[in-house]
Amino acid sequence: MDECLLKTHNICKEFSSVPVLTNINLEIIRGEILGIIGENGAGKSTLMKIFSGIYKPTSGEIHYEGKRVFIHDPLSAKNLGISILPQEFNLVNELSLYDNIFLGSEIRKKSGFLDKKKMMERTIELLKELEVEIKPDEKIENLSTAQKQMVEICKAVAMDAKLLIMDEPTTVLTRFEIDILFRLMRRLKKQGTTIIYISHKLKEVKAICDRVMVLRDGELVCTEMIQNISVLEMAKSMVGRELSQVFPEKKRPEPEIVFEVKNLCVPRILDNVGFQLKKGEILGFAGLVDAGRTEMAETIMGIRKRSSGQIFLNGNEIDISKPQDAVDNGIDYLSEDRQGAGILTSFTVIQNTTLVSLASYCTSFIKYIIKKKEEESTLRHKERFNIKTPGLDVKLEYLSGGNQQKVSLAKSIDPAPEVLIANEPTRGVDVSAKQEIYRFINSLSENGLSCIFISSEQEEIIGMCHRVIVMKDGRIMGTVEGENINEEEIMFLATGVREGAT
Amino acid sequence: MNETINALFRRFDYQKYACFIALIILFTASSILSPYFFQVRNLLNILRQVSYTGIIALGMTFVIISGGIDLSVGSVAAFNASVGILFLNYLMKVFSNEFLAMAGGIIAALVMGFLSGAMNGLMVSRGNIAPFIATLGSMAIFRSLSLFIGSAGEIRSVSIHYGNFGMESILFIPVPVFVMLFLTVVLSIVLNNTRYGRYLCAVGSNARVAAFSAINVDRIKFITYTICGFIVSISAIMLSSRFNAVSTSNLGMGFELDAIAAVIIGGTPMSGGRGTVWGTIMGAVILGIINNMLNMLGVSPYLQGTVKGLVIIGAVYIQRQKA
Repeated sequence: MDECLLKTHNICKEFSSVPVLTNINLEIIRGEILGIIGENGAGKSTLMKIFSGIYKPTSGEIHYEGKRVFIHDPLSAKNLGISILPQEFNLVNELSLYDNIFLGSEIRKKSGFLDKKKMMERTIELLKELEVEIKPDEKIENLSTAQKQMVEICKAVAMDAKLLIMDEPTTVLTRFEIDILFRLMRRLKKQGTTIIYISHKLKEVKAICDRVMVLRDGELVCTEMIQNISVLEMAKSMVGRELSQVFPEKKRPEPEIVFEVKNLCVPRILDNVGFQLKKGEILGFAGLVDAGRTEMAETIMGIRKRSSGQIFLNGNEIDISKPQDAVDNGIDYLSEDRQGAGILTSFTVIQNTTLVSLASYCTSFIKYIIKKKEEESTLRHKERFNIKTPGLDVKLEYLSGGNQQKVSLAKSIDPAPEVLIANEPTRGVDVSAKQEIYRFINSLSENGLSCIFISSEQEEIIGMCHRVIVMKDGRIMGTVEGENINEEEIMFLATGVREGAT
Repeated sequence: MNETINALFRRFDYQKYACFIALIILFTASSILSPYFFQVRNLLNILRQVSYTGIIALGMTFVIISGGIDLSVGSVAAFNASVGILFLNYLMKVFSNEFLAMAGGIIAALVMGFLSGAMNGLMVSRGNIAPFIATLGSMAIFRSLSLFIGSAGEIRSVSIHYGNFGMESILFIPVPVFVMLFLTVVLSIVLNNTRYGRYLCAVGSNARVAAFSAINVDRIKFITYTICGFIVSISAIMLSSRFNAVSTSNLGMGFELDAIAAVIIGGTPMSGGRGTVWGTIMGAVILGIINNMLNMLGVSPYLQGTVKGLVIIGAVYIQRQKA
């Protein structure tokens, strides 16, 4: 029974002589769901990239089904039956959903032409299993982030892999979709698929995994059967120290209304959205995937055109037709799509941090950048956010996901906004970095920043927000406040079981 | 000790200096191969020859960093030079002062360059037309317009002095070389030290991130093509002054390829997002030295295109390997 599918022997990986993984020895048992947890930069993604042929180990051996193998590239991983669901999207925007799902493993007719009908049918099957309602010939660019994630899952499952690696598949999903995913995972496991599940959400790991491995600073700290370890113990062994209270204490917002949206409409997307935001308030936006929360944020920022609606700042109506207008008025946006809309991976930490607020680092004549000023300001952010980077002039592609997210946050608050729209601010971030981000947003709100907090993680919505607006299908379903902020109340509204008083 | 040296080598950014190293190797090899190569007169001659496309390549660098391409540079050069000389000739009849007329002609060419660049910029930004197609269109338009106004022949300038200044030297450096170096310094500062330069890289790197970061992507693209058109007109003035005439059918032929080649050899990736102005100049000089050496070694001029092509493909191949 306890047959070993994959075994590693002293795997090491260095990036420009900086060790990322040291002497990893692990065994993956056939048909199990193995959870791998660890902080950002612990080496989880690097290890998975080695298994899927994107990186080559500096030293060490991989044994797969009893034989020593060399995984040179993604193709050889595929031939071994290893399929990966990457942390960042890997979809071709211009192609249709089914084209993407079968990219690189197209089904062909005997004549050599593509068998579109068969691919379409299989796609419909897969979508049905995942209980998502998307047309199989829809273009990827028209999908929301969560839908894209579901497509990625379809793509990974479509390969009928022996070993399926899932790198933080649930970061953009709501609980509803996570349940669907878990059902699918259990079914796959029954069919004999081995799954490696990487996540920062320890409760999910506890719920779905058979065993859990903890990585810390590139080393394997421990491996436990899931029933022998509690969520708290997992967190402790990840961080290597005791964890204090996760959410900071909520401070009372001031009564004055800073920001107001009235009758915001976008045809087929937003229906009459309106709300008020007080000074220093953290206003949560909850809802299922495609509830229209991201679209609302993008409409406020002037990225999407609105058909009607007014936006007020400090009682005065402001005209926002492009992002520049929003920023000039003191409204900033942290995108949920880090690599697609948040940061530039080819830019350095400094260049990213100051991108939105660059004008304030320039001479008024010819806009000459005063680099020293930029550097000083970035250094402040680095210390404030505890950004781990070898240097401020390092390109962001060399930073871990969590540190990229911190830079993204630094970038959105560098112009010192009055209103911050934070969309999934802790997406793909580990426990201790999450805590830092929570504390940071909290202290900003104490200093008078008003924050629109969009999140698919119920826990942080409940832990952070003064008020929570729940959306569904582009409409506001209701608002919960104070003591009433709890999971049931939010889920009732989000699923449309009950419509609350607005 | 060994480790520190190793670490030093590993941290050394080959890609950044690849072009410079190639230039030095080529330079040394040429000096050994031909005794005439390493002579001041020959070296200045090479520099003069590459300066015309070199200047254009500077503008092309910006366009390529923005993620686009400008195929129209050769035709635009021919058209601008034609307009400049026609205007100069007209003013010569009106004014008695030759220098005023010259200034007028030059200004006319610069304004035309600005406008033609702006036209490309509008098509690419507001019109949302793929740069390749938009500039392919204007390439045809401007060539045809210059053939039309010059009746497909030569447009001669009636001013004697106009033909002189392009042949002059400042401190032994030919004027076009001087202009090229001056523009390189200015554009290098613009690219690395101004807000526009930073935005340019951001737009080329990921236009969506740029738009989300409150950058006016259309405006940056528009400015970039306009700058390119303006710089092309500077090159056009230098060229027409050199011959004191414009051959409407020949001037600027194949310039777009030479300019793109210089940019790519210089280490600016076609995918945009980053680039180096000094690299472009080195790329142009590398092409110039290769041409010069092939001439000296008596290689058939018909084969020189093959060598150029191989160098471009080789340069891109090496960049791909390092990335």
